[in-house]
Amino acid sequence: MRVLVIVKASEESEAGGMPDAKELAEMGKFNEKLVEAGVMLMGEGLRPSSKGARVRFEGKQRTVIDGPFAETRELIAGFWLWQVRSMEEAIEWIKRAPLFDGGMEIELRPVAEMDDFGDAATPEVREHEASLRERIAKA
Amino acid sequence: MMTADTHRTIETVWKIEAPRLIAGLARMLRDVGQAEDLAQEALVVALERWPTDGVPDNPGAWLMTTAKRRAIDQLRHNRMRDDKQAALEYELETEAMAHAPDHADALDDDIGDDLLRLIFTACHPALTRDMQVALTLRMLGGLTTPEIARAFLVPEPTVAQRIVRAKRTLAEKRVPFEVPRGEDLAPRLAAVLEVIYLIFNEGYTATAGEDWARPALCEEAMRLGRVLAGLAPREPEVHGLVALMEIQASRLHARTAADGTPILLLDQDRSRWDRLLSRRGLASLERAEQLDGADGNYALQAAIAACHVRALHAKDTDWARIASLYARLAKVAPSPVVELNRAVAVSMAEGPEAGLQLVDALQKERALAGYHLLPSVRGDLLFKLGRLDEARSEFERAATLTGNARESELLRQRAAACTDQ
Repeated sequence: MRVLVIVKASEESEAGGMPDAKELAEMGKFNEKLVEAGVMLMGEGLRPSSKGARVRFEGKQRTVIDGPFAETRELIAGFWLWQVRSMEEAIEWIKRAPLFDGGMEIELRPVAEMDDFGDAATPEVREHEASLRERIAKA
Repeated sequence: MMTADTHRTIETVWKIEAPRLIAGLARMLRDVGQAEDLAQEALVVALERWPTDGVPDNPGAWLMTTAKRRAIDQLRHNRMRDDKQAALEYELETEAMAHAPDHADALDDDIGDDLLRLIFTACHPALTRDMQVALTLRMLGGLTTPEIARAFLVPEPTVAQRIVRAKRTLAEKRVPFEVPRGEDLAPRLAAVLEVIYLIFNEGYTATAGEDWARPALCEEAMRLGRVLAGLAPREPEVHGLVALMEIQASRLHARTAADGTPILLLDQDRSRWDRLLSRRGLASLERAEQLDGADGNYALQAAIAACHVRALHAKDTDWARIASLYARLAKVAPSPVVELNRAVAVSMAEGPEAGLQLVDALQKERALAGYHLLPSVRGDLLFKLGRLDEARSEFERAATLTGNARESELLRQRAAACTDQ
């Protein structure tokens, strides 16, 4: 199974603060362990929400809202995608992450497979999905 | 924490830690079987203590320390009976290690080599293929005997016996705990890759209505492949195998209809292919090619699979390239089955006549006598060429040769279609 590991934002990450050399080294080591264990499929850190944008949908109207966004604890600072054998295994791995500052929270969510969507995913939806993903892959 | 939760935590910790634990112990003891026993003993102690004492902060290090203490006891005991100098040396080495800070990190530099040794030992040629598979899943996957039994649809005592025999064989033949060097390396690595690919295929070829454990075997094999790629990054065929598994696995969910009917490659809904896996597979293939491994057995098979993945629609498939890749594969790993596949690719690229010539050349191949796909492919090509009488008899022959009822039925329908026209 795959699990998306969501690293929530902190005041520090929102301020655009980059981890120091020691923190980077520790995180690098942790990532290396994930790769060595065959767990890591991908992982990225995000720029602060001040660099981001939101698009609100209301009826036919689309409103673009530029960051930063206020509710820091609801924001994400980064994510991993892992392949593990169970949720327990993902939890066991995240406990070992060198995530330092107090109050930091990580959310783990199992990835829904296409099949989980059942009938909602018609062949047309899937075809469209595939061509999009293909274009993403080529980009 | 509730006891049931603690037990699940212990099981999970075990799956993560078992390979490192066994590998580290095996280096000290020079006996993989004994190392595995000690690791299991440490697990039993954890199961006794953690539910009351709580799970330690660094559970891996805790297990290692517990197992090491027992190892030292055993070595002392061994020396009483047999004071070989070697045993003494091991003891000293072991004692020094046991008193080092109890952080698994301290061992990190060596543990990779130990894991590699463990993989090569588990797949040692002194063992039968069944033993290699069981031992690999047990020691490197952290799977329990019941889990292995369920995955391979064999009784638990059978798996237990394979593991016991494997450990005994390794001890009796005094198989050294080492990574093979020089000219031994290539065949030994090939054996390791075969074991991993066999585990993968066991999951991949499982038929419909399968137990959860079967697709999980594919994931397990891919995980082992990735681990091996990290341990032996300079070996192109390791990347070739990882590429092959990831690309094939990307099609896993598209291979069967909701009712369990198999869907052939060209009829599959490609939107259900897993693009993350195929992209990773293509990246691994590139790595194999960069390491001058483009003509490796697994790399070539991966390159063929990659042709399908790169085609957004079945009609976009680059059959000429597939045909030439099969020709290269036939040189590296000559086999009439590869030739038959090449014939199909050639027929797709150049037309049925060209394919038929190649198939006809295989007619006398003894290895293919009784192989239903030969008349099945030949029938298909004859059908496309409008030689319906010949096509019909080929389909009928194929129908009697296959052991699969559903496939036999399909072939009879095709035979009947030759008469209708």
